[in-house]
Amino acid sequence: MKRNKLLAVALSTAMVAGALTGCGGGSEEAKKDDSKGSVYYLNFKPEVAEVWEEVAKKYTEETGVDVKVVTAASGNYESTLKSEIAKTDAPTLFQINGPIGYQSWKDYCADLSDTDFYKSLSDQSLAIKGEDGGVYGVPYTIEGYGIIYNDEIMQKYFATSGAKAATTDEINSFDKLKEVVEDMQSKKDELGIEGVFASTSLLPGEDWRWQTHLADLPIYAEYNAKDVDDLDTIEFTYNDKYKNIFDLYIENSCTEPTMLGSKGVNDSMAEFALGKVAMVQNGNWAWGQISETQGNVVKEENIKFMPIYCGLDDEANQGLCIGTENYFAINSKASEASQKASVDFVNWLISSETGKDYMTNKLGNNAPFTTFSDSEKPSDPLAQDMLGSMESGKTSIPWVFTTFPSQTFKDNFGAALLEYAQGTKTWEDVVSYVNEQWATEKAAVAE
Amino acid sequence: MEKNIKRYFPIFVLPTLIAFLIAFVIPFIMGLYLSFCDFTTVTNSKFVGLSNYMNTFSDKEFLNALWFTVKFALIAVVTINFFGFIMALLLTKGLKGTNFFRTVFFMPNLIGGIVLGYIWQSMINGVLAHYKVTMLMDPKYGFWGMVILMNWQMIGYIMIIYIAGLQNVSPDLLEAARIDGATELQTLIKIKIPMVMPSITICLFLTITNSFKMFDQNLALTAGGPSNKTAMLALDIYNTFYGKVGFEGVGQAKAVIFFIIVAIIGISQVAISRRKEVES
Repeated sequence: MKRNKLLAVALSTAMVAGALTGCGGGSEEAKKDDSKGSVYYLNFKPEVAEVWEEVAKKYTEETGVDVKVVTAASGNYESTLKSEIAKTDAPTLFQINGPIGYQSWKDYCADLSDTDFYKSLSDQSLAIKGEDGGVYGVPYTIEGYGIIYNDEIMQKYFATSGAKAATTDEINSFDKLKEVVEDMQSKKDELGIEGVFASTSLLPGEDWRWQTHLADLPIYAEYNAKDVDDLDTIEFTYNDKYKNIFDLYIENSCTEPTMLGSKGVNDSMAEFALGKVAMVQNGNWAWGQISETQGNVVKEENIKFMPIYCGLDDEANQGLCIGTENYFAINSKASEASQKASVDFVNWLISSETGKDYMTNKLGNNAPFTTFSDSEKPSDPLAQDMLGSMESGKTSIPWVFTTFPSQTFKDNFGAALLEYAQGTKTWEDVVSYVNEQWATEKAAVAE
Repeated sequence: MEKNIKRYFPIFVLPTLIAFLIAFVIPFIMGLYLSFCDFTTVTNSKFVGLSNYMNTFSDKEFLNALWFTVKFALIAVVTINFFGFIMALLLTKGLKGTNFFRTVFFMPNLIGGIVLGYIWQSMINGVLAHYKVTMLMDPKYGFWGMVILMNWQMIGYIMIIYIAGLQNVSPDLLEAARIDGATELQTLIKIKIPMVMPSITICLFLTITNSFKMFDQNLALTAGGPSNKTAMLALDIYNTFYGKVGFEGVGQAKAVIFFIIVAIIGISQVAISRRKEVES
């Protein structure tokens, strides 16, 4: 009996101990070498998750500093960050998406004004600055979006009788674009396409190309007209311009407007890659999706960018929408050593040969640092076209959507667009709804 | 032996108790506290009093979601229990292939909600495509889509509980009823239903709480679309917590209110249906 009792005690203690160490294992390991610090990067882009793992391994080999990379699932960055950063072993290097992201994470953002990577930014105004003048977010890539078109189909169209233009260069205003698109749509059988534009994906969660990217243009015009860079309430002055291009997208597409609620971004990109449509609105990051679509028929040299013409002023000089929503931030609550290790890691990424090679060629980043020479730029067709547009002297449209109040605002905007597209909401209702949502959500942020 | 178990009871209960504390009691208390705080992460919070709760009650979306959830729960509870019970009656008659059908009806319950949601989304959209619309055209499509999905998933589970109840009805009683000349319907209403009352209590509890708490099916099927008109309470809480800057506390307050509502409904339902149970 006595022995049984002892055994019972021993067994149950072993069980409890096992259970407890099972939970605590991870953090013990991380604390092993605190003097040197370690890097924990929470990666935003699932499409390059494996490359980041490789970078981490390489860096550890070269310097002996531990680098851990965790990738958040698509669309879950904020929620992953929220739970990860509350842990003892929290990310030391993470991403914020602009001024609004900074608002939400300012308690965790370290001042980066003394770091080498901030100092080597080619344009220091790109960084995110706090009210106290400190630097809290440094962009690591510049991206651009516009209307991606398939030049093969365009050339075919220009050769048809009665074509409304002879080259894509002639398309430099909304009116011209509309004329060409509508003519192409009427000749779609002759051109062998199902529609000019790919599906305007409006499935909830798949509508960011419209409620964020496309909305950038009218809001930027409004900021410009009022000479501000953020507003507590908007009038959506240029909503008619938005409607111009949005109507053009949904009426000259391979998909009927009432069916758009079932389409995602992948559907649109696949339609483009398979040659079913001539145009799709997206950014340079879409190159991966186009080139990886099975059975794609679009040739690399035929993939080109065109600015989004929607009827704003001075369209002849309008360029692509160029900006970033990827800013590195360093966790101010991490240990001194780990903060320093993270700074060193980023410095290595943008200045060492290996680091730069990964940044440009494998991660496909167009890094905005003076440490990158002209030959060290990404070489895919969309990135090339984007760089060309930036150097052509046309006025790029900056990404002001980083000032949009919240994800809820964007989601509700997208939902209203869907209802407009399928005919259950009028355009006037969409406009007043957007204005009202902007005001409420901005007020909520300020609280 | 009995005495021993009593004496070592604290040791035996310890592992479970610790797990229960870590995974349930502590987060629950933290959650309660956080509903009175302004925070971004759970380890860094500032006490703000009742303002989160005030925000909750002035939030139209929350009240809409509450109303939508109540409607959904009413319909789902009635249909699931009705069909589950009928299925159980049929499958206790000793028909051929009974075991096969029991297994088949139970199977949907083994598939995760997100997967089910996406499968049904493609199926429903596939059917609606013939009429050139999608599920997001009108909230009623999403509503009935979720009712169908929930029925499909839950009926098998509820059916198994009813089958167990029906098999426990004493054959003596049924035989006595038959000798007294009771019809099938009379036997059902006067004997079977009162005798399976404990199962009904459990099934009602499970279906009510599950309908109220439904989240993944909702997220996958409609994600609240169009315009949050089909968002249920749990999804609204999730959207508040993760979708609005600085609204984590409000999301937490909504979650506490949500808990109170579900607890009140669940407990009063159990109390009411317990009173109807009879001793066999």
